[in-house]
Amino acid sequence: MSKILYITEKVMTLEEKRAWIRLVVAVAAYGGYVVVVLGRAAGRPLAEAPYAAALLWSVGAAIVAAIVAEVVAGAVNPKASRAKDVRDREIGRLGDHVGQSFVTIGAVAAMLMAVAGWDRFWIANVIYLCFALSAVLGNVTKVIVYRGSFPQW
Amino acid sequence: MVKPTRVTNRIRALRFAHDEMTQAELAERIGVTRQTVIAIEQGRYSPSLEIAFQIAHVFKVPLEEVFHYPGSQEETT
Repeated sequence: MSKILYITEKVMTLEEKRAWIRLVVAVAAYGGYVVVVLGRAAGRPLAEAPYAAALLWSVGAAIVAAIVAEVVAGAVNPKASRAKDVRDREIGRLGDHVGQSFVTIGAVAAMLMAVAGWDRFWIANVIYLCFALSAVLGNVTKVIVYRGSFPQW
Repeated sequence: MVKPTRVTNRIRALRFAHDEMTQAELAERIGVTRQTVIAIEQGRYSPSLEIAFQIAHVFKVPLEEVFHYPGSQEETT
C-alpha cells in the first residue's frame, strides 16, 4: 500500500496524551474525594464531616498520579514524538483560557463566602470544586480540539 | 462564533507529486508534529503564515498553489 495513504491514522502527540491523563486524573481524584467525604459524613451535617486530610491526599495523589502516568505514557511508546509545536501551544492556551474562568469563579466565590462568614468546609470545597472543574473543562476543550478542528472566530 | 475554516489546500496532491513524500517527512522539514500536518491537510487547522510559507518552500511552489481561499481568485482578476 502506498505510504501516502495513512492520512487518517489517529495518533496522539504527547500533549494530547497529557490532556487525556490530566482529565482522567482530575475526575478520579475529585470523585474519590467526594465519595470519601460523603462516607465520613455518615448522616451528620456535611459541614461536620472530616474533610481536610481527604482533600490534601486527593490533591497530592492527583499531582503524583499525573506525573507517573505521563512518565509511563512516554516509556510505553518511546518512539512516539515528544515534540511540541505551534498547534500544541495554541490548543494549550485555548484549554487554559477555558479552564481559567473557573479558577476565577472559585476565588471570587470563596472570597464572598469568607466575607459572609460561611463555614470553612464550604469555602475549601467550593475552591476545590472550581479547581476540579477548571481542570476537567480545560482538558475536555483540549481533547475536543485535538480530535476535531480548531475553532475560527 | 465558531465556524469552520474556508481555507483549502493541495498538500496531499503535492506530497504525492513529490515522490510520495510522507506526512512525517513533511512534518520534519517544517518543524511541526505529524499530527499537525494531518490536521492542516484535512482542513481542521489553519496554519500560521510562517508554516504556510515553509510548506510552499518545501514543494518549491508559490503559496497560492498550496492554499486557496474561496473568492481570492475572483478578487485578484
